[in-house]
Amino acid sequence: MGALLSFGAVVVLLLIPAIGAGALKLHSLFGVVIPYLAVIVFLVGLINRVIGWGKVPVPFKIPTTCGQQKSLPWIKHSRLESPATGGEVFLRMVLEVLFFRSLFRNLRTEKAPGDRVVYGSSKWLWVAGLAFHYSFLIVFLRHLRFFKQPTPKIIGIIESFDGFLQIGSPHLLVTGLVLFGAVFYLFLRRIFVPQVRYISLPADYFPLFLIMAIAGTGMLMRYFLRVDIIKVKELTMGLATFHPKVPEGISVIFYIHLFLVSTLFAYFPFSKMVHLGGVFLSPTRNLANNTRMVHHPNPWNYPVKVHTYEEYEEEFRDKMIAAGIPVEKQPEPREEEQPTEESEGKE
Amino acid sequence: MYDGGKIIAGIIIFLAFALFPFYSNIGKADIKPPKPSLDTPVIKALKVKKCVEPEQYMRESHMQLLIKWRDSALRHAKRVYVNSNGEEYVISLQKTCLRCHSNRSEFCDRCHKYADVDPYCWDCHFSKAKQEEQR
Ligand code: HEC
Ligand code: HEC
Ligand code: HEC
Ligand code: HEM
Repeated sequence: MGALLSFGAVVVLLLIPAIGAGALKLHSLFGVVIPYLAVIVFLVGLINRVIGWGKVPVPFKIPTTCGQQKSLPWIKHSRLESPATGGEVFLRMVLEVLFFRSLFRNLRTEKAPGDRVVYGSSKWLWVAGLAFHYSFLIVFLRHLRFFKQPTPKIIGIIESFDGFLQIGSPHLLVTGLVLFGAVFYLFLRRIFVPQVRYISLPADYFPLFLIMAIAGTGMLMRYFLRVDIIKVKELTMGLATFHPKVPEGISVIFYIHLFLVSTLFAYFPFSKMVHLGGVFLSPTRNLANNTRMVHHPNPWNYPVKVHTYEEYEEEFRDKMIAAGIPVEKQPEPREEEQPTEESEGKE
Repeated sequence: MYDGGKIIAGIIIFLAFALFPFYSNIGKADIKPPKPSLDTPVIKALKVKKCVEPEQYMRESHMQLLIKWRDSALRHAKRVYVNSNGEEYVISLQKTCLRCHSNRSEFCDRCHKYADVDPYCWDCHFSKAKQEEQR
């Protein structure tokens, strides 16, 4: 149901530019206005989210660990699983961000005979996750050839590795296929693994369909329905230099691709995909497990107006004695006390 | 904000990446798309200046046409191409395309540099100028 809803939404998103740029020829709207708006929403939205997270106090350290905390010198400390210093936390973050280390621990849950629950290793999510994110990154970087003139050498080098199969013309770029394949796997996983299907919402399916549609229209454009790349670059360079131009004669498939990408950008800060920024701010990953060495003050602790027992007794001692309640400090007899105090003062 | 320094630093690094296409292109608004030159003896001598197929198709899909030509010549041994107007052309990258477009560096390469494509065809297929240079 959630999958169908999201699929329908992406079909509508395909139809909007097909009608708007195709039939109604609103090329400046779909080629300039919407992409600029999308980038602004993306940047402002993402920064806003991150600053919002930064304002949330972390009441105590939440260092989820699966390793030995640093303690006595003869107990072996697990530096990466239970980092105690900033440097060790940094290493853990590097492994998390670049290699998705916590996804590596993903488990399969199954029922064994006798209604026992057993857990098994399951690395496919990790493999597909890595394949998806890295091919997305490479596809994204390769697109820089539309936004830089002359294009940096490194982009050409990446593209030549990516096209090493030298199949066809324009030659096949492997990461485009891997991107589509990996997202498709992630989608199948949601459909076929019952536990995952149960917790999947439209907001989980929608990004998958959207990215499939982006990669799909991209490959369609490259290998089948060709567009005039020189004019595309004229348009994109116009965007990058803030001198927007809309050359005539770019076919509608380009505007469809661009509109889907704009949707992705604009939707990004409000979706699960903000984990792009969120991963750096996850307290379970970025806090050192040094609770035995450093006191972590709860930022919620505000100056509380306290009334200690001593003060309380001081205030009510007479009444307490009158009521027969035991007091810690006996009242000193006044007649005796005053002279001594005065005599002390005089000395 | 908690850990404000680190968060602001992170945001600045993010913006440095995200805005790269914009700030690195400041002052480059005068970049013009390439004008492939048709100034060759063979094209000048043509009565009707037209390509194998209509111009828009050539701009968009010449690479697909070339690969179709290669397959036709080398896999199906058919070395004559009949275009959408029923005119016949000998299938050859060097003897047909590059006979008219003998100015490869002012024609093919101009576009390809702009679009950052580097067809590996030239590893084997030479233009006339290159052939003479190699002699
Ligand atoms: C109007 C500009 C233009 C001209 C002129 C031009 N090309 Fe291209 N060519 C392109 C663009 C743009 C691409 C890249 C298309 C893409 O990336 O989808 C390309 C790609 C190619 C490719 C495929 C490259 C690959 O590996 O993917 C071949 C082969 C090719 N051109 C051959 C030629 C030849 C031969 C000539 C000269 C006779 C020529 N082109 C002239 C714009 C041009
Ligand atoms: C008979 C001579 C001739 C032959 C053969 C020829 N071309 Fe052309 N080509 C032209 C002319 C003339 C133009 C200008 C197009 C026009 O105005 O319609 C042109 C235009 C082009 C363009 C578009 C350039 C632009 O700026 O829009 C490309 C790309 C191209 N040719 C590639 C090729 C390729 C690849 C081949 C071989 C498959 C080829 N040509 C064979 C004469 C030729
Ligand atoms: C490894 C070297 C090599 C590379 C790289 C190469 N070719 Fe060829 N090509 C050949 C050979 C050899 C022939 C056969 C020549 C013949 O029989 O006439 C040929 C034939 C062709 C033909 C038909 C015959 C002719 O005379 O042109 C076309 C068209 C062609 N190649 C296009 C391409 C294109 C387009 C590319 C780049 C995407 C390319 N080739 C890359 C070696 C190569
Ligand atoms: C989220 C970002 C994007 C993704 C994931 C994406 C994905 C893809 C993919 C998978 C392809 C197929 C070819 C390849 O593997 O490179 C492609 C091609 C293409 N994309 Fe994108 N794209 C994105 C953003 C953009 C943007 C912003 C533009 C332009 C404004 C653009 C314009 C194009 C064009 C013109 C092609 C055809 C390339 C060619 O023919 O060589 N894309 N895209």
